[in-house]
Amino acid sequence: MSLAGHYNFWVVIVLMMIGLYTVISHGNFIKKLIGLNLFQVSVFMLYISLGAVVGGTAPIIDDRFELYSHPLPHVLILTAIVVGVATTALGLALAVRIHEAYGTLEETEAQQREREDIKAA
Amino acid sequence: MIVHLPVLQVVLPLLCAPLCVLFRTPRVAALIYFIAAASAFACAVGLNLQTLDGIVLHYRLGGWSPPAGIEYVIDGANAPLLLLVSLIALLVSVYAPRSIASELEPARVGLFFACMCLCLTGLLGIAATGDAFNVFVFLEISSLASYALIALGKRRRALLAAFQYLVLGTIGGTFLLIGIGLAYAVTGTLNMADLAQRVPELGENRALIGAIAFVTIGMAIKAAVFPLHAWQPGAYSESPSAVGLFLSATGSKIALYTLCRFLFTIFGASVAFQILPLSQIGLLVGCAGMIAGSLMACLQTDFKRVLAWSSIGQVGYIVAGISLATSEGLTAAYLHILNHALIKAALFAAAGVVMLRLGGTDLQSIAGLGRLMPWTFAMIVVAGLGLIGVPLSAGFVSKWALATALIDSGQWLVLVAVLFSSLLALVYVGRIVEAAWFREPQAGRTPAAVPRAMTAVTALLAISTIYFGIDTRLPLALAQTASAALLGVAP
Repeated sequence: MSLAGHYNFWVVIVLMMIGLYTVISHGNFIKKLIGLNLFQVSVFMLYISLGAVVGGTAPIIDDRFELYSHPLPHVLILTAIVVGVATTALGLALAVRIHEAYGTLEETEAQQREREDIKAA
Repeated sequence: MIVHLPVLQVVLPLLCAPLCVLFRTPRVAALIYFIAAASAFACAVGLNLQTLDGIVLHYRLGGWSPPAGIEYVIDGANAPLLLLVSLIALLVSVYAPRSIASELEPARVGLFFACMCLCLTGLLGIAATGDAFNVFVFLEISSLASYALIALGKRRRALLAAFQYLVLGTIGGTFLLIGIGLAYAVTGTLNMADLAQRVPELGENRALIGAIAFVTIGMAIKAAVFPLHAWQPGAYSESPSAVGLFLSATGSKIALYTLCRFLFTIFGASVAFQILPLSQIGLLVGCAGMIAGSLMACLQTDFKRVLAWSSIGQVGYIVAGISLATSEGLTAAYLHILNHALIKAALFAAAGVVMLRLGGTDLQSIAGLGRLMPWTFAMIVVAGLGLIGVPLSAGFVSKWALATALIDSGQWLVLVAVLFSSLLALVYVGRIVEAAWFREPQAGRTPAAVPRAMTAVTALLAISTIYFGIDTRLPLALAQTASAALLGVAP
């Protein structure tokens, strides 16, 4: 149980933190989506690490191999990847509509324009 | 046919979604959504009749037996929620066509109903499934549909609200995914029943504790539990009226159910509440939510925002009930899940009627409307009494149950928070009543005709909150079987 032996989990944690930090710290809607994507991808890697078997090959039955990686986490994460793609697509579509409505992709500017609107009304 | 009810419940609304897109005419799409909701409701009634005596239904999808296959499990804990969600969906299907016609251009109405079908599918699926990963998939189906639905709101602010919900909702959903992954890593199964069997053997496992933490925080975001509620006021108040009504009554309730399911059935109350200090954290967060939510509701100037913030306060009661981890506390929490859904649905339905007539729900602009739209505002008063928890209303029944559960556990400070929050509820409901009934109407206002379908739905919901405040047998029986099923006690 060495720290370096679990390097894949360290990569997952670092990626996850970078993703979350990007979502929180950036006001640009596109950058937020990129951060969100990174965060999701780190979870995909967590699942793929779970299914990995040392010395195992891809889980496709073949006479030459006896040891395979665990297929279930791969199948599960395929579903989650589809969900991630759908979320990104929807987020980008929303970003386009926000740009149409406000003329900006910066959160602070959009909120500023909203406040001016309320004052004017 | 009866055997297949658990899956028909979820599949029928799913099949109706593409039909709504194919037949885009508003009237046909509305009819298809009505069929989806009505058939889901019929299935839910059928399932409840079977589970009320404590029978647990197992349905294997495609005949594959569980660990390998996915299983739907209907027991006392989720059957009432299926009933609640499909009932609200059915009422929305009567309510929505008229209200949505004024808020959306006709070309988009078909897509609106398709999203409603998908959202309903997701919520029912979360409740029905017995597979942990399936919960995540259905959660994302309902979430993605609801982001799109919120973005359909009339004002451009709806887009910002939808984007914020998308970011936070995705983080919440992904946290759930991490939690499920960690639980799978240490147990090697995704089936809820198998997980529940294998988790106790692990004892104080660090990955398991991580899983509990991730699932709890993820579902707390989706349920808008107090410090994680940032997305909720905007999402509920900026979305189209019918969507606000549907989501406020069902979305957060399903997330709370999922939280209960994971904490009590899968991880087990002993791990979640004894090794981890979830009980203390939950009570603290619940109290903070009750007070902060109600306080913020008092400060809002928009009717729908008052309702949205009040939901954060009311979720605090439910969280406090769950955190007690006793059978009384859980019964009270479940009772409040059912009762609050009806009360909030009634109020959001009334807000939609006001929105239709005025084009906005500002507290200033509803001044004196009580005299011009007496019925609508009478229903607001009736449902508002339920929100405060006045005796003979549904809100009182669940608050009373919560109060007795708190006294039994000796949580006096929490009881004080409940009472204080109820007083604050009196203030914010009072502000609406004062504006509507005791101010002079603006000059030149004439009594407005209100669509009959929308009034009928509002009236039905408002009357049901009074009915379930007097005749408590049905919700109480459902809540008791639910808490027994969650705690694994034979009813």
